[in-house]
Amino acid sequence: MNELIVIWIFLLIPSIALSIFPFVNQKGRAIALYAAILLLSIFASIVAFNVLLGSDFVFSLQGNSLIGNIDLKVDALSAWFMLIINFGFLTGGFYGLFYMNEYRKQKNNLTLQAVMFILLYTSLLSLCVIQNGFVFLIAWEIMALSAFLSIIFEHEKAETIESGINFLIQSHVSILFLMLGFIWVGIQTGSYSFHAIELYSVQHQGALSLLLFLFFFVGFAIKAGFVPFHTWLPLAHPVAPSHISGLMSGILIKIGIFGILRMLLLIKVDFVVVGSIIIIISVVSGLYGVMLAILQHNLKKLLAYHSIENIGIIGIGIGIGCQGLGSNNVILVSMGFGGALLHTFNHSLFKSLLFYTAGNIYQATHNLDIEKMGGLIKKMPHTAFLFLIAALAISGLPPFNGFISEFMLYSGMFQSVHHASILSLLGIVFTITGLVLIGGLALICFTKAFGVVFLGSPRHNYEHEVKERSLYQLLPLYVLALVIIAIGLFPTIFLVFLAKPVQLFTNLQGMSFSNFDSLNLQAMQGVSKSALLILVIGSVVFGFRYIMTRHKTNKLSDTWGCGYTASSSKLQYTASSFVKSYSQLFQILFLIFKKEKPVKGIFPGTAMMETHPSDLIEKWLIDFPTLKLQSFLDRFRFFQNGNLQFYILYGIVFIIAVIAIPLIYFDIDLFITFLKQL
Amino acid sequence: MLSVLLIVLAASFFTGVLIRTKSIASGRKGPGIFQPLYDVFRLFRKGAVYSQTTSFIFQIAPTIYFTSVVVAMLVVPFGKSAGLISFDGDFIFFAYVLGLGKFFSIIGAMDTGSSFEGMGASREALYSMFAEPAFFILIGSLALLTGHTSFHDIFLSLHLGSSVSYALGALGAFVLLMIAMIENSRMPIDDPKTHLELTMVHEVMILDNSGFDLGLILTAGFLKFAIYGTLIFNLFSGTISYQYAIPLFIAMQLLLAVVAGIVESFMARFRMTHNAQYIVVLSSVSLLVFFATLLISGKFI
Repeated sequence: MNELIVIWIFLLIPSIALSIFPFVNQKGRAIALYAAILLLSIFASIVAFNVLLGSDFVFSLQGNSLIGNIDLKVDALSAWFMLIINFGFLTGGFYGLFYMNEYRKQKNNLTLQAVMFILLYTSLLSLCVIQNGFVFLIAWEIMALSAFLSIIFEHEKAETIESGINFLIQSHVSILFLMLGFIWVGIQTGSYSFHAIELYSVQHQGALSLLLFLFFFVGFAIKAGFVPFHTWLPLAHPVAPSHISGLMSGILIKIGIFGILRMLLLIKVDFVVVGSIIIIISVVSGLYGVMLAILQHNLKKLLAYHSIENIGIIGIGIGIGCQGLGSNNVILVSMGFGGALLHTFNHSLFKSLLFYTAGNIYQATHNLDIEKMGGLIKKMPHTAFLFLIAALAISGLPPFNGFISEFMLYSGMFQSVHHASILSLLGIVFTITGLVLIGGLALICFTKAFGVVFLGSPRHNYEHEVKERSLYQLLPLYVLALVIIAIGLFPTIFLVFLAKPVQLFTNLQGMSFSNFDSLNLQAMQGVSKSALLILVIGSVVFGFRYIMTRHKTNKLSDTWGCGYTASSSKLQYTASSFVKSYSQLFQILFLIFKKEKPVKGIFPGTAMMETHPSDLIEKWLIDFPTLKLQSFLDRFRFFQNGNLQFYILYGIVFIIAVIAIPLIYFDIDLFITFLKQL
Repeated sequence: MLSVLLIVLAASFFTGVLIRTKSIASGRKGPGIFQPLYDVFRLFRKGAVYSQTTSFIFQIAPTIYFTSVVVAMLVVPFGKSAGLISFDGDFIFFAYVLGLGKFFSIIGAMDTGSSFEGMGASREALYSMFAEPAFFILIGSLALLTGHTSFHDIFLSLHLGSSVSYALGALGAFVLLMIAMIENSRMPIDDPKTHLELTMVHEVMILDNSGFDLGLILTAGFLKFAIYGTLIFNLFSGTISYQYAIPLFIAMQLLLAVVAGIVESFMARFRMTHNAQYIVVLSSVSLLVFFATLLISGKFI
């Protein structure tokens, strides 16, 4: 009975919150919204911690003849993702309350946004729990629709609607693939339960299982944003309100990762093949994501491309974990899946933080074009500091959390090279090179972003005052930053909670793995100590510097202009010039539209140059086929000629066909058998 | 612990010897070997000039850069004695902690709002991105060869197998030497003595630093050279006892400094556009090491 109470509470909290919405004013709604999220997340976290430290939560709801019983299960994997979702919504919701304060005059819009926020949260939580394909798809659809409505908050802008529709369509392509997968199993076994998928794949090992896995993989990969299914991310993130972009990038796309991991647990496939496929897609995603991120001028678009990169890193972890399962290598499995799961959490922390700081910048400047920023650190020191922390973490530098998860991936790969076969060795070298390049490119990208946005002198004069956001709005950001640093300094504490999720994967091949200490790697303690050492030595050097320079006279002066004295802020290095040599080197991989009016003659007139980075994969894989399809379908335009008589005719033709075809079917069949006899 | 002392010792004379070699090669008498050290000590005692454009980033960047180099130094072993920090996968930490310093030196340069410093920052970011894979593939190959994943264990068991591994050591030394040149912005990637800001990489990034901060940056540069010198030494040292290892180490550092000085005297800097290609070649050399390792360890069948 205990489980039933849990489910009731879970359903009642959001329902009560939603039902009191009509009776309270706007402030009341905000309080109800946050109270619901707070209660729900505390509650879900208790369940999740119980599972991570104790036993699974299993329950079965009575269904009907169509759906079958609805199994609910919180295992360690669900629990880990539930914790990520909870923490994301707690901080994101709090930030959102104060972020949306700017829009307080749009009352109806805000209420819709609040309703969608609760729906998004509950649907994401239930996706982690539901073990029935049919109900899973319903929850998936609720998630997609509520995310869509959250994205198009500023729907008066054409760009927002366009990107929102793009998201909606791509979400439904994703649902299509998932549906095909579930229906396939449903038809073969007569059950939509996840357990049936497992049974089916045990019976049909080999190509069929692989194909089934690929259906699910594509469906979930669209949501997660693997290349080439990534094209909705850079469109949807910039137009959504910042707390929604942060949650989309931090939480929503991770449900795709969750789906892929869940299917790996269920479907018995050849793990070496699947691992190789995932690794190749992930390395390409990682590299392509960051390479395009570097080119972007729109801050939120830059961050969106960076999400693709990080999904690539998570995918690399999953891929090498699968390789480990295939080759019975416990270190590769635990470090691969452990690294992937930890990076999922880490990315949700620093990417949300980056989007929230981008939101602060947007509200302060009403602008997202980084070429019009500069020198913001003096006006928004808190935001700058928080962005710096997140930028260092996302570049994978110690002593921050991004380094920990990347270190786990490297460590797993380097530990296993000695016993690896030639093929997996080549794979490992390919992956390591990819990961190293991703790290180096991320460094370029975030030194560019931080340097151009916050440092130097302002590149644009704003009519309005640019000032720091309120302390309340900064509070959840500091919480995120604290957790980022905590994971970076004391990773071993967090790894305790990862032991059970990783065990699910090691159990697939019956490997013995109880926790990360049992691997006999002193690496994590070493990393933790060295991270602390950075702080200690850093403070010592700072102290020394303070003592040495305390009594010195420091002068303020202009930046050294190499002899040129009339320096202006327009002479500063811009974002484009910072990445010029890079974009020239890799220009075959990019599609950059350029509008140029060069300086000509002795008395030159106005000159201008504009560049718009575009997406080569989007052009050839999405836009080109869509255009071709459209022009093909245009040939049938004449059907839609606007004459009512024709439409009635179509109806009659259809009805006649429906009646006539079964009637003459017998004759056709007879004719064919006659032909065969000839 | 021993490695730290020796690195500091090597750092104290390395740059001096290099400069002296260049002076002699160009027919001048040149400054004393410890002149760079005196310069640094003088800088430590000076006040500083800060640009009005800069923020707190400019103040903390040199310190964090210096810290990152010092922490990286603690990872490096010396022959039989491990570094102060030694754990499985410590070379990953080594590369990434240097990356932390790089991040700060880049944003420190961008904080001044100078286009020259932005230019240098952009180049530094690009070149170090290209140099990283070479380092990782090299150490990865050595990990494959020895079955260990920490600097200390790798270097200790490197030459227990066969004498062929000395050939690998030579290739590895070449890769590490070139990475050292890139990291320290020496020829043929960058010319520290150029007089035109447009063609500088590292020097232009620190145009606005002065006083104590500049001293820290210069010291970090000396240390970096010695760190890579020690890594190269470790490729060959194996388990030699200290009474031979220490003199050998000092001789090798002197030799490296003289070689670097001679190379710089008789070689022109590459064109900026060729640098990237050159650095990619480095990754191919380390791939060569990787395939040689595959051959030795009998993975090719």
